[in-house]
Amino acid sequence: MTEKLLEIRDLHVMYRTDDDNIFALNGVNLSVEKGKTIGLVGETGAGKTTTALSIMRLLPDKVGIIRQGEIFLEGRNLRDLSEADMRLLRGNNVSMIFQDPMTSLNPTHTVGEQIGEVVKLHYPELRSDAVEAKVDEMMEMVGIPAERKTEYPHQFSGGMKQRIVIAIALACNPKLLLADEPTTALDVTIQAQVLKMMNELKEKFNTSMILITHDLGVVAQICDWVGIMYAGEVIEHGTVEDIFEGERHHPYTIGLFGSIPDMTKKTERLNPIEGLMPDPSSVPPGCRFSERCPHRMDICSTDSPEVIIRGTHQIKCHLFSEPREGVCLAEEKLVKGAAS
Amino acid sequence: MLKYIGKRLLMIIPVILGVTFLIFTVMNLTPGDPAIMILGEGATPEQYSALREEMGLNDPFFVRYFRYVTDALQGDFGRSYRTNIPVFQEIATRMPYTLNLAITSTLIAIIIGIPIGVLSAVKQYTITDNVALGTSLLLTSMPAFWFAMMLILLFSLKLRVLPSLGADSWRHFILPAIATSANTLASLIRMTRSTMLEVIRQDYIRTARAKGAKESRVIFGHALRNALLPVVTIIGVNFGIALGGTIVVEQVFALPGLGQLMINAIRSKDTPMVIAAVLFAAIIASVINLIVDIVYAYIDPRLKSKYVTVKVRKATT
Amino acid sequence: MTNGNAAPGANGFAGSTQILASARIHQYKKKSQVKTIWLRLKKNRLAMFGLVVFMIMMGVVLSADLYMSYEDQAISQNLSQRFRPPSEEHLLGTDQFGRDLLARVVYGGRISLFVGLATICVSLTAGSVIGASAAYYGGKTDNILMRIMDVFLAVPNMLMAITLVAALGTSIFNLILAMGISQTPRMSRIVRSSVLSIIGQDYIEAARACGTSDARIIFRHILPNAMGPILVQVTQTVARSVITIASLSFIGLGISEPTPEWGSMLSEAKGQLRYHPFLAVAPGVAIVMSVMSLTLLGDGLRDAMDPRLKN
Repeated sequence: MTEKLLEIRDLHVMYRTDDDNIFALNGVNLSVEKGKTIGLVGETGAGKTTTALSIMRLLPDKVGIIRQGEIFLEGRNLRDLSEADMRLLRGNNVSMIFQDPMTSLNPTHTVGEQIGEVVKLHYPELRSDAVEAKVDEMMEMVGIPAERKTEYPHQFSGGMKQRIVIAIALACNPKLLLADEPTTALDVTIQAQVLKMMNELKEKFNTSMILITHDLGVVAQICDWVGIMYAGEVIEHGTVEDIFEGERHHPYTIGLFGSIPDMTKKTERLNPIEGLMPDPSSVPPGCRFSERCPHRMDICSTDSPEVIIRGTHQIKCHLFSEPREGVCLAEEKLVKGAAS
Repeated sequence: MLKYIGKRLLMIIPVILGVTFLIFTVMNLTPGDPAIMILGEGATPEQYSALREEMGLNDPFFVRYFRYVTDALQGDFGRSYRTNIPVFQEIATRMPYTLNLAITSTLIAIIIGIPIGVLSAVKQYTITDNVALGTSLLLTSMPAFWFAMMLILLFSLKLRVLPSLGADSWRHFILPAIATSANTLASLIRMTRSTMLEVIRQDYIRTARAKGAKESRVIFGHALRNALLPVVTIIGVNFGIALGGTIVVEQVFALPGLGQLMINAIRSKDTPMVIAAVLFAAIIASVINLIVDIVYAYIDPRLKSKYVTVKVRKATT
Repeated sequence: MTNGNAAPGANGFAGSTQILASARIHQYKKKSQVKTIWLRLKKNRLAMFGLVVFMIMMGVVLSADLYMSYEDQAISQNLSQRFRPPSEEHLLGTDQFGRDLLARVVYGGRISLFVGLATICVSLTAGSVIGASAAYYGGKTDNILMRIMDVFLAVPNMLMAITLVAALGTSIFNLILAMGISQTPRMSRIVRSSVLSIIGQDYIEAARACGTSDARIIFRHILPNAMGPILVQVTQTVARSVITIASLSFIGLGISEPTPEWGSMLSEAKGQLRYHPFLAVAPGVAIVMSVMSLTLLGDGLRDAMDPRLKN
């Protein structure tokens, strides 16, 4: 079994605001292997971005708090590191790219300076011509002519800006790349290009990646593993085959897949999942999806489900637990459901 | 870049001309007969009309205006009704003081105000922030002349550290400069603070942190460069206000500047002096604004790329 | 921009029912908007403090005649009582003519208040007409009007006021006129930009489609809804006029003796700074308090109306 590059154990994160406490993450468990890509899927508010920010320790100062849990990067516990040590890792061992390329670049610095900055931060001993050479190299690698490094962000299109962002993120050859919906803000045609490029670069450098997205199509294209998040937890986790072709799924996952409009069928209505995500400022006992779950049982409101593991596939749901009294076996329910 | 400067210059010229027309018109409403002012009460009616004829006061309004402008372009702004000295000469002697005061006070405001604004934004909601905001509020609420008087009370009379009257040494400039700077200082603190607060919430600041940059670099290298852009524009506006403020401050400290000149001219109904003084002030204010705009175009990459490189694109500002 | 006499909008009559409906909704929204703004303002403690202080000052100043006598205390001289320090009889002491300082400060406040309010009436009216017309008619009208405003704005505010006073004279009426004129350009700019942001909206199109006259559209539909930022500017302008009138009086071009006015009182105090510094304190503090309270109120209003802070 390949070594784990990143391991998150039982992560609880809270946002503290004037009115309320928002419990964004409630026991997230996640791991990423070297050279592999995991797609982190879920609705808005599920906690995907918070997870990524927690890894980078970039949660908003004083507002975002890691209450408990451990994050191990290459065996080091990131929570133990000082801020200075963490800074050495950011941009260097682990990089993050954000959703909106239009606002991710500083309008008053040239793109060359912005790429060069991350190189100089982590390789201060490099001479300026070496830095420039690296900048040129990265620009060419993302498909932008190096002569344009003296231009400013506003002179580039959205897709090109995102490529520059990617160049910055990969300049120091990080082991782990966190990509938070990198193509959502782009035109569909540009999306495909950028994704393809990310994939190639990932192969080339053997970078591990956490790709946050709500687009299952993208996941199918470039991910090896998938993690499905709901209300601050990872409720299903497995390889791409497990998730896309497997037979057993968390009811939420079924809902997600079911809600994708099918272009071949004529439909009059969309199939959303009934209800809304629970209020993050309170964490009642039991399964957080139980209110919306069509297979809800009594135990779901009282006990938090365990994670049931079958090979590479993990599901956090009572339906799959060992037969117990009062609990109806999932297989029957789901088979029945699928048939109707 | 030259094109931009040229364009802006072209825009000021009609404005300045407009100002001359405005002031000339306004001052013509002033009651009073210049002939009487110059010759005094005791002259004969013939002497008055002869003088009026000589000064061209009987000509129609637009002829007089046109004559004024053409003379002015050659440097002749008329003679003071009071002293008969050429107006230009009087203004030229006084202007350096006022200009000095306005510029020094603006510089003081920049040097002190911007760092405080940054500090205030970075430490939002803390005591530092509140003190800075409170001070800024106090500074805007005080009339410059009262601030000046309080400064004199403290530094000249109680502490005996600085002089209060006259303009003999550089020491005489300190208190007036501080008094005049109050308004601009307050503006800059608030403006810098609010733009910094906005900039710090931007995505590219998060990107900078994600690169592993130190917080000081994030604040000064990334945030400040963006925050300063709007701040620069208000420096130009505030210079005009500072110029107005020098008038009162000069009164308090008995400085021989443009303000004193103007006030005396008004009291004695010395029209040419008043017109010229206001005109010069307006010209100075416009020029400073122009300089500020040019600096801004140079430091804002969006404008810089428009005017510094050759691009065939319609200006959208 | 089509002119006021144009035919019904491009949507034709089919679209106008929706437009009229949106107009009605907008009227309803406007009322609850005022309430929301007031509620948000109430939460802002500093702004409320400013409002309260200003109200108290207004109250004290307006009711002065009830507990003070203008003639006796503020005007008539009592040379045996010159330069008295604060005492029971004269809470703030007396000035160089033996007049009660407290009375002069309070009555001076009345003048400042009166002039401030009168000036804002002038500049608000003139500024609204100019700004709204420029925004509404657009094109050449806008250009010409704004260029004229630019000419006025090229002269620093204080200088403009001084020049106008020089030309018109120092009677109170002329002072108000002079200060009003010098404030008008800035006000017209604010009105113009506020109106411009409203003009794009549907219910204006609806009003035009019904054949409403231009003046009616401007006054009944546009201006009431543009009031927000204008109101903020009003508080700031009134605050500034307190300082301007004091400055004008200070240099001798404003309210003349013996009428009490904070600026002219400070002018007298300046001459006595060495031996009787206390004369300079009270009028200055009065100015600071009025300006500060108005500024806090204006800032609070601006924050309360800021759409970005809405929940």
